[in-house]
Amino acid sequence: MDFLRPASWQEALAAKAEYPTAVPIAGGTDLMVEINFDHRRPDALLDLNRITELREWETGRQTVRLGASVPYSRIMEHLRAELPGLAQAAHTVASPQIRNRGGVGGNLGTASPAGDAHPALLASGARIEAVSVRGTRMIDVDDFYLGVKRNALAPDELIRAVHLPKATGPQAFAKVGTRNAMVIAVCAFGLALHPDRRTVRTGIGSAAPTPVRARVAEDFLTAALADGGHWDSGRPPAPSVAAEFARLVAGAANPIDDVRGTAAYRRHALGVLARRTLGWTWQAYREQDRSPACA
Amino acid sequence: MRVTLTVNGRRHQADDVWEGESLLYVLRERLGLPGSKNACEQGECGSCTVRLDDVPVCSCLVAAGQAQDRDVVTVEGLADPGTGLAPVQQAFLDAGAVQCGFCTPGLLVATDDLLRHCPQPTDADIREALSGNLCRCTGYEKILDAVRLAAARSGETAGER
Ligand SMILES: Cc1cc2nc3c(=O)[nH]c(=O)nc-3n(C[C@H](O)[C@H](O)[C@H](O)COP(=O)(O)OP(=O)(O)OC[C@H]3O[C@@H](n4cnc5c(N)ncnc54)[C@H](O)[C@@H]3O)c2cc1C
Ligand code: FES
Ligand code: FES
Repeated sequence: MDFLRPASWQEALAAKAEYPTAVPIAGGTDLMVEINFDHRRPDALLDLNRITELREWETGRQTVRLGASVPYSRIMEHLRAELPGLAQAAHTVASPQIRNRGGVGGNLGTASPAGDAHPALLASGARIEAVSVRGTRMIDVDDFYLGVKRNALAPDELIRAVHLPKATGPQAFAKVGTRNAMVIAVCAFGLALHPDRRTVRTGIGSAAPTPVRARVAEDFLTAALADGGHWDSGRPPAPSVAAEFARLVAGAANPIDDVRGTAAYRRHALGVLARRTLGWTWQAYREQDRSPACA
Repeated sequence: MRVTLTVNGRRHQADDVWEGESLLYVLRERLGLPGSKNACEQGECGSCTVRLDDVPVCSCLVAAGQAQDRDVVTVEGLADPGTGLAPVQQAFLDAGAVQCGFCTPGLLVATDDLLRHCPQPTDADIREALSGNLCRCTGYEKILDAVRLAAARSGETAGER
């Protein structure tokens, strides 16, 4: 096995072009488990830890460009206002030790349907900055997950950053598991209200071969909120609307039975999470709305 | 490959390190520092917790080569050779928080880090900070007692100053 330690981003891209089978290692919280248990024996490891810009983020007027290796603990501490959904999701990952190492780039690299960042990325409408010596492409998060643990990266590409729109309204992430720490989601759900566009977006985790959006549920709720004049009045949508939204979210999942839960339980739980997150985010929207509109 | 790093303030060098090896393996098997324990090798138990550049991490999930030129503090670095056990260690003994002791090194490093950042933690702070450390013996109550005791004692000494 080789151990490549590029000192700069340019060197890392050159190394990945020269050795496309080299496996990047960031926090190592997915990869080292596989190596320790001999499930994977890469020809070469490509260490990304020396590339400082991967651990940094830039906050623009409308988006946050989040370096691929910014650890979850930093996202929780520093980006709660700009990226509330992702910050909440980050807080549910594993334990402090794991959150100090793992980040969104690794979550995307692994592309597990159970990765907790994914529902938040889907709900906020993130784009992934994939870079190679050939150039940069921006991959819409909707096009990133191709199958169970398969993503849209080419063999010579690395993730430089994830671009997330700054939240313009409340966001929520909720996850079902047997306890609060150190738990792989039985299922998870992310919801983002986008009052600027008067739309909502969702993300479902651990309940289909890939993370997915519940598009029919989004369209239904977006239309119901518009028809009822809810964005202006702040009135919560009727219980029947919330129930239908929950039903459509559950229907968008394509879960399996496994050790963590049955498909039927996952569907049921997703409906519950959908209804709850709608309640929480709408409550927050109303409270926001009541505060003075301009300063 | 050769890996050079600082552990508990001392420069160390390890030779013939396998590229897929963990920092935990290097510490225990190559540098003769068996304080950090290997109980799961998959990040679940926290018994291998060390500070890497001042941040607590599971050393079983850090590749050896990633520790090159970096600064590591293990449980062996907590006690002061001059004055003996660190207050956190003494509190674990006094509170009866040590049974088989396998989880103790990781808990000590995690507790030490908590009290550095948050000298008077609430119970919720303690639970959160130790949520990555498993103990199969104590039922955790004595561990919580130990952390409260260490915090109270450091509060007293801070008051005396
Ligand atoms: C005990 C434990 C509990 C966990 N609990 C959770 C949990 O609750 N929720 C959750 O979502 N995850 C969990 N995980 C999984 C893991 O922590 C996350 O997936 C994390 O985001 C991985 O990030 P990393 O930097 O450590 O990835 P690494 O292990 O370094 O890499 C993971 C994959 O991504 C690739 N990669 C990394 N960076 C890049 C890049 N810049 N460009 C291209 N490819 C890249 C790597 O080649 C590798 O294939 C847990 C892991 C452990 C060990
Ligand atoms: S041995 Fe590292 S977390 Fe268990
Ligand atoms: S004392 Fe035995 S595992 Fe904690």
